[in-house]
Amino acid sequence: MCLGVPGRILDVQEGSLRMGRVAFGPTVKEVSLACVPEAIPGEWVVVHAGLALERLDETEARLMLESLAELEAGLDGEGA
Amino acid sequence: MKFVDEFRDGNTAQALARAIRRKVTRPWALMEVCGGQTHSIVRFGLDELLPEAISLIHGPGCPVCVTPVALIDQALAIAARPEVTFCSFGDMLRVPGSAEDLFAVKSRGGDVRVVYSPLDALALARQLPDRQVVFFAVGFETTAPANALAVAQAKREGLANFSILVSHVRVPPAMVAILSSPRRRVDGFLAAGHVCAVMGTEEYVPLAAQYRVPIVITAFEPVDLLQGILMCVSQLEEGRAEVENQYVRLVQAGGNRPAQALIQEVFQVVDRTWRGIGGIPDSGLGLKPAYAAFDAARRFGVEAVGGEESAECQSGLVLQGLLKPPQCPAFGKACTPDHPLGATMVSSEGACAAYHRYRRFDPVGRAGA
Repeated sequence: MCLGVPGRILDVQEGSLRMGRVAFGPTVKEVSLACVPEAIPGEWVVVHAGLALERLDETEARLMLESLAELEAGLDGEGA
Repeated sequence: MKFVDEFRDGNTAQALARAIRRKVTRPWALMEVCGGQTHSIVRFGLDELLPEAISLIHGPGCPVCVTPVALIDQALAIAARPEVTFCSFGDMLRVPGSAEDLFAVKSRGGDVRVVYSPLDALALARQLPDRQVVFFAVGFETTAPANALAVAQAKREGLANFSILVSHVRVPPAMVAILSSPRRRVDGFLAAGHVCAVMGTEEYVPLAAQYRVPIVITAFEPVDLLQGILMCVSQLEEGRAEVENQYVRLVQAGGNRPAQALIQEVFQVVDRTWRGIGGIPDSGLGLKPAYAAFDAARRFGVEAVGGEESAECQSGLVLQGLLKPPQCPAFGKACTPDHPLGATMVSSEGACAAYHRYRRFDPVGRAGA
């Protein structure tokens, strides 16, 4: 129910309701961008029930994956 | 798919499972709060990767599952009215009220529609000025901003034919109820990632301190969940009880301020009954007096409508983590997704439905543990 789907913003329509088209893979949907006033086309957001909840931080995602790769390498190195 | 596939990598998941095995020295019980997390754990068999000492308890974080029977009955009464177009997320249509479900109303000719967003229901209200369009506003804090936005916009536009039937619940009071229970089994929490994307992490800090319980804000993919478990187990083994954030790519400590402002504009904290659990003080959201005109229960005079839960359904114990679905005598027999006794067998995120879908033929093993 609290499912949030990552999608990439294609365009933004400013107005009384900030809206935009967001691509979820091949599917494109019209989404409210009211809660992400600074989000711009090309950025990723997590969308729930037709509303973008928050912007995804690509740098944080990459840092986490790098730290996990280090963990994996460390465990492999110890022959565990 | 970006932000999904890289968090499903099997080698990373195995490495995290090994790191967890190394860390654990004694038994710990962790509760994942959100039904989406439960679904992922059962679907990907993450519990089977963990050492025996770690047990995962499935929490009450499925709003479809905890919506009380009385509110389903109110929805049924409203949806049956000839002037009403009743809109809901799909999961709610098969949740049994005391006598029937929304599908039964629809099959008798009721105008019941599945929508993807409350904003779709709002658009319908604009398109159908002669109909009363009602949206069934269930959900946790994650869904509250979208529902608040729809109501605020309806007020701005002066849309007199739009209203919502509110069954909103809040996570922290439910965690307090679980932690205060004399039957408490939970040593640590994986908190609900998208609830925290909206609300932030700060309201969990006093909980962690008061109840000496680690709380790790966790996302939904297998690698996320295993990392959240590792963080939680590390805290327990090291004697720490802090709020930590695994979902750093989305969740900020302060949450999303515009979303919080929408909630505060439209909703106020109220007491709420949870299906299968009972009343929890301050655990819900209701419309503020300034928005009372958009309250469907009031508009259609159904506030007093209410019903009783099936005595056979043990979802209350499942929702509190006191019973695993296969341990229920009705599981897979009197209660199946086609003929559910309770909501936990209906919603795709309900623990009973997840076990029925992925573990029906292996109910012993870890599933029955």
